[in-house]
Amino acid sequence: MILTIGLRELRTLFLSPLAWAVLAVVQVILALLFLGRVEEIQLYRSQLLALENAPGVTELVVPQLFGTAAIILLFVIPLITMRVIAEERRNRTLPLLLSAPVSMTEIVLGKYLGVLLFLFIVVALLALMPLSLLLGGTLDFGLFGSALLGLALTLASFAAVGVFMSTLTQHPAVAAVGGLGVLVLFWILDVSGQGDVRTNMLAYLSMLNHYQPFLRGVFDSGDAIYHALVVATFLGLSIRRLDADRLGG
Amino acid sequence: MTQDILAEVSHISRYYGGLRAVNDVSFTIRRGEILGFLGPNGAGKTTTMQILSGNLAPTSGSVRIAGHDLLAQPKPAKAALGYLPEQPPVYRDLTVDEYLDYCAALNRIARGKRREARESAKSKCGLTDVARRLIGNLSKGYQQRVGIAQAIIHLPPLVILDEPTIGLDPIQIREIRALIRELGKEHGVILSTHILPEVQAICDRVQIIHKGDLVMADTIDGLARHLKSAALIVSWRNPPAIAELAQVSGVREVSHLDDGRWRILHEPGQDLAEQLVRISVERNWGLREIGPERASLEQIFVELTTREANTSPAEAAA
Repeated sequence: MILTIGLRELRTLFLSPLAWAVLAVVQVILALLFLGRVEEIQLYRSQLLALENAPGVTELVVPQLFGTAAIILLFVIPLITMRVIAEERRNRTLPLLLSAPVSMTEIVLGKYLGVLLFLFIVVALLALMPLSLLLGGTLDFGLFGSALLGLALTLASFAAVGVFMSTLTQHPAVAAVGGLGVLVLFWILDVSGQGDVRTNMLAYLSMLNHYQPFLRGVFDSGDAIYHALVVATFLGLSIRRLDADRLGG
Repeated sequence: MTQDILAEVSHISRYYGGLRAVNDVSFTIRRGEILGFLGPNGAGKTTTMQILSGNLAPTSGSVRIAGHDLLAQPKPAKAALGYLPEQPPVYRDLTVDEYLDYCAALNRIARGKRREARESAKSKCGLTDVARRLIGNLSKGYQQRVGIAQAIIHLPPLVILDEPTIGLDPIQIREIRALIRELGKEHGVILSTHILPEVQAICDRVQIIHKGDLVMADTIDGLARHLKSAALIVSWRNPPAIAELAQVSGVREVSHLDDGRWRILHEPGQDLAEQLVRISVERNWGLREIGPERASLEQIFVELTTREANTSPAEAAA
C-alpha cells in the first residue's frame, strides 16, 4: 500500500513540469561545477604531480561537488515536497485517502517514499558525473560511496522536513517557504563553525556537521543515526498532524 | 437481520470549538435501503457524512460500519464503505482510467481483479467513452460521475454520497438518480441533499437534520403526510365575504393572501375541495383555482423545530 501511494506520487510529480524543470536545472548547474573542477585539475596537473602525497582526483572532485549539490537541493527539495499533502488538502482530494482502508502512517510513508524515489533519480544522475571519470582513470570508491551515502541520508532528512511542513498548511507555497526556512535554519545552526559537535548542542543539531564527515570519507554511525532520527521525528510529527486534522476539524 | 445492518450510528456529537455541528444523532441503515439525509445549508449534513466516512472523528458517540467500529478497527470499516464528498476527490492530472486504477489499489482490490473492477465501475457510471481523457478536462457532471465510480469501485456494502446531484444539469441529475436507485438494490446508500423532490424521487427513508439535531426520521410516506397540510388555496373571480366562507361546514379559518388568493384551513382528514366547488358554482363566485396547499421544506423545518419541545430527537429517531 505504501508502495502504491509512493509510485502514484512519483508519477504525479512527473505529470507536472516542475519535476522535469528541477531535474534539468539541478543537473545543468552541477554539471557546470563538475566540468569546471575537472578543468581546474587538468590546468594544475603538473603542480599536483610535484606534490608529495598529492590528493587523488576523487578527493578533489567529489567533496566539492556533493557539498554544493546538498546546498542546491536544500533549496529545491521544499519545492518538491510542498505539494504532497498541502495540494491534496487544497484540492479537497484528501478524503479519497482518508476514507480508503489505509492508515495515516501508510499515507505519510507512501508520500515520503514518492519523494525519496524522485530524489533517488537526482542522486543517480549526480553520481554519473564522477563515474564518467572512469573513462580515463580510477576512482576512490570508498570516498565516493561514503559521499553518496551521506548525500542520500541528508536528502532523506530534508525530504522528511519538507513533508512535515506540507502537512501543516493547505497552501503549497507556504509549505515551500516554511520548509526552506526550517532547512536553512538547520543548516546554519552552527554558522560560526566553531562549535564542537560533542559539547555544543547547536553544533550537534546542525545538519552540516553531520554531512561533512561523509564527504571526508568518514562514516560515523552517529551521523547516520542522526539522520534516521530526523526522518523519524518529522514523519512521526506528520502522522500526528494528519490525525489531529481529523480530530480537530 | 442483524448482519444486514450496514451502519449503526449511535449518539454522535461533533463540536467545532464552541460551535455544535451535530448533536446526539443516532440512526441505522440496512442493506437495500436508500436513506435520504435532508437539511438546509449548515444543518450538519456534511459533518455527519464526514464522520460516517472516517474523515472526521466524532466528539462523542460511535459509528459501526458493517459490524466494525470506525475508530477501533478503521481498516475493515473503511473497506466496507465508499464515500463521495461534496467535491469529488479527483486528481485533475490523471486520466479516468489511471485514477480508477489508483482507487482500486487504495481499496486493496487484488491486482488481478482491478481491471475488472475498473471496467464495471466505468460502465455503471457511463464513463466508458471518456476513459482515456484527463479528469481536469471533463465537465462537472462527468467529474461527479468519476467521483461516484471511485466510491463504488470496490463494491462496498455502504455508499455515502454527499449532495451527489449538485451542479448537474437536469438530464445528468436524472441519470445520477437512476444510478443511485440501481445502487440501492444491492448496497445501502446514504444520500445527503437539500433538495426535497430528490429525496421523494429516490429514497426509501428520510431523515431531517436541523442545527445538528435529528428532527425527523421517517419513511418516505411519512414525509408525504407531513407535507400535506390541512389547507386549500383557492381563488375566485367574485370572491365572497369572509363571513360567508367561514359558515361553510368544515372550514376552520379563512385568510386572504397577498396575491388575491385565499387560504382556507379546514379540519384535518376532511376533503373540503368538492364541497367548495359545488358551493362556488351554486353561488356564482366564479372559481378559478383550487388546490391543496403543499408545505415547503422550510415550513416543515419550522413545524418540526418548533415542535421539538414536545418530541425529543431520540424518540423521533427510534
